[in-house]
Amino acid sequence: MGGMKALEILSPGPLTTVQDMGRLGFGKFGVPRSGAADPLSLRVANLLVGNREGDAGLEMTVIGARIKALRNVAIAVTGADLQPAINGLLMKMWRSHVLRKGDILSFKGRRSGCRAYLAIGGGIHVPHVMGSRSTNLTAGFGGLGGRPLRGGDVLCCDSPGRHLTSTGKSLDSPPPICCSTNQRLRVIPGPQDHHFSIRTRDLFFSSLFRVTPQSDRAGIRLAGPPIKALEGVDESILSEGVVPGAIQVPGDAQPIILLGETATGGYRKIATVISADLPLAAQLTPGNSVHFSAVSLDEALEAARQTEEMLRRLRSSETDLLLPTTIAPSHSQRPSMARGRYNLCP
Amino acid sequence: MLYTNPEYRIMGDRALLVELGDHIGMDLHRKVSALFLALNDAPLEGVVEIIPAYGSLLIIFDPLRTRPSLVQEQVRAILKTLDPSRIPEARTLEIPVVYGGEYGPDLDWVAGYHGITPEEVVRLHTSVVYHVYMIGFMPGFPYMGELPKALVTPRKETPRTAVPQGSVALAQAQTGIYPSRSPGGWQIIGRTPRRLFDASRWPPALLQMGDQVRFIAVTEEEMEGWEE
Repeated sequence: MGGMKALEILSPGPLTTVQDMGRLGFGKFGVPRSGAADPLSLRVANLLVGNREGDAGLEMTVIGARIKALRNVAIAVTGADLQPAINGLLMKMWRSHVLRKGDILSFKGRRSGCRAYLAIGGGIHVPHVMGSRSTNLTAGFGGLGGRPLRGGDVLCCDSPGRHLTSTGKSLDSPPPICCSTNQRLRVIPGPQDHHFSIRTRDLFFSSLFRVTPQSDRAGIRLAGPPIKALEGVDESILSEGVVPGAIQVPGDAQPIILLGETATGGYRKIATVISADLPLAAQLTPGNSVHFSAVSLDEALEAARQTEEMLRRLRSSETDLLLPTTIAPSHSQRPSMARGRYNLCP
Repeated sequence: MLYTNPEYRIMGDRALLVELGDHIGMDLHRKVSALFLALNDAPLEGVVEIIPAYGSLLIIFDPLRTRPSLVQEQVRAILKTLDPSRIPEARTLEIPVVYGGEYGPDLDWVAGYHGITPEEVVRLHTSVVYHVYMIGFMPGFPYMGELPKALVTPRKETPRTAVPQGSVALAQAQTGIYPSRSPGGWQIIGRTPRRLFDASRWPPALLQMGDQVRFIAVTEEEMEGWEE
């Protein structure tokens, strides 16, 4: 593995994987996209530390990992609020920080959301497999050895020192991470909405669904009133390609919002979550509830454009220069610690 | 049936499903393959991925670079001049299988279901050449058909939580192979030592859409000596 040793995983938490924007173009081999379930959060984290948006970072689930810095690195944590802390002191999310050699990044407990993202300056250096560094857990490839991270794993990154000069970026208004109850997700009906009666479609759009503990990176499994297909249609349809956000309804009539871990599926899709709301879907946690509202294609495209505009502004925003020479040795008292935050920038 | 006019349906704001038919059959398969090849030969602006299946292609695009209405127009134009006979000649691959015992825990049940002996199930399963209609469900999983009529078997009522890698299985008129350990509801009748999916080789999937497959019954000893 190339790059320089940057981080050591002390304990991985329930599911921590290396992900980027996923692999595209291999669906004909049955290879799904994988990648960050909430791609927006990882893109923002990367931009905050001066990376390319598509660089690889860590996706951590519900509890988060305990990680030691093996050298000075720029980092940013986005996505679910799991209360990240540096050496035990809470750090601000959605902005870049410097982890000094020996510092410990940990998480003090979940406040909202499901998946937090950690970007490190230089990106995580693992081999590209089929054009991506994302971990595919089903077939066991990509990421670090095709598996979730374990204690003792060491992550490398490319020229981490260069990125220390680009820390100090923050996102003034972070994207909303879903609330605990009655999260609205915008969807476009179809492609098999016509396999359901108008009554059933009304029921789907007027009901609240609970997120069940069976949810994982493959899909958010919901529980609610039965969304039954029309009488006389088969339980399954001919398998066809799927995208993240497709809401499939299997024979038990309980919807599943697919994430990126499957390329094809054999169940009918009543609706598909719009791209702009996929990050919200990926942050749903068991116990949350969700409802769906139908929007037009134009509304979905406008929402997607707004997301890209936000990222464009972040890309072009001025960076506070923070030269490596301003980094104090890690044993010295830092002014920002007095405020309970480890922030090197005003 | 093979649709006279394809159905176009959007799947969210960045995918267009092009449905060419709604059955499992060679005429439909040839048309799907021909359209898939045409779209690979001359990629459409903004299209990032195409997933071919039994009767449809899912065209995934960047919504900021193209629109589904435009993609639909472009596909319609390609279909006008599409020649389904212009697909490459199929390769035929032989897949060794150890049938029954610990490798095929459902072989006896399948035999009982049809009122025939396990040996007869094996004879029937190895008697025909199968066609790979699509790869899906998980990396490298081939959906193959069609089984001899006497072997058409329902899925298991309760899916297994873990099916071993290499398991050869049946469901309705289809047969397939699990490339890696996974949950699964198909009837398992045997196991192959061949690696169906390996991300470190190219192409990563042993079988591809359009291939032809013949199963060969081998003994456990022959399987142990098998080297890829």
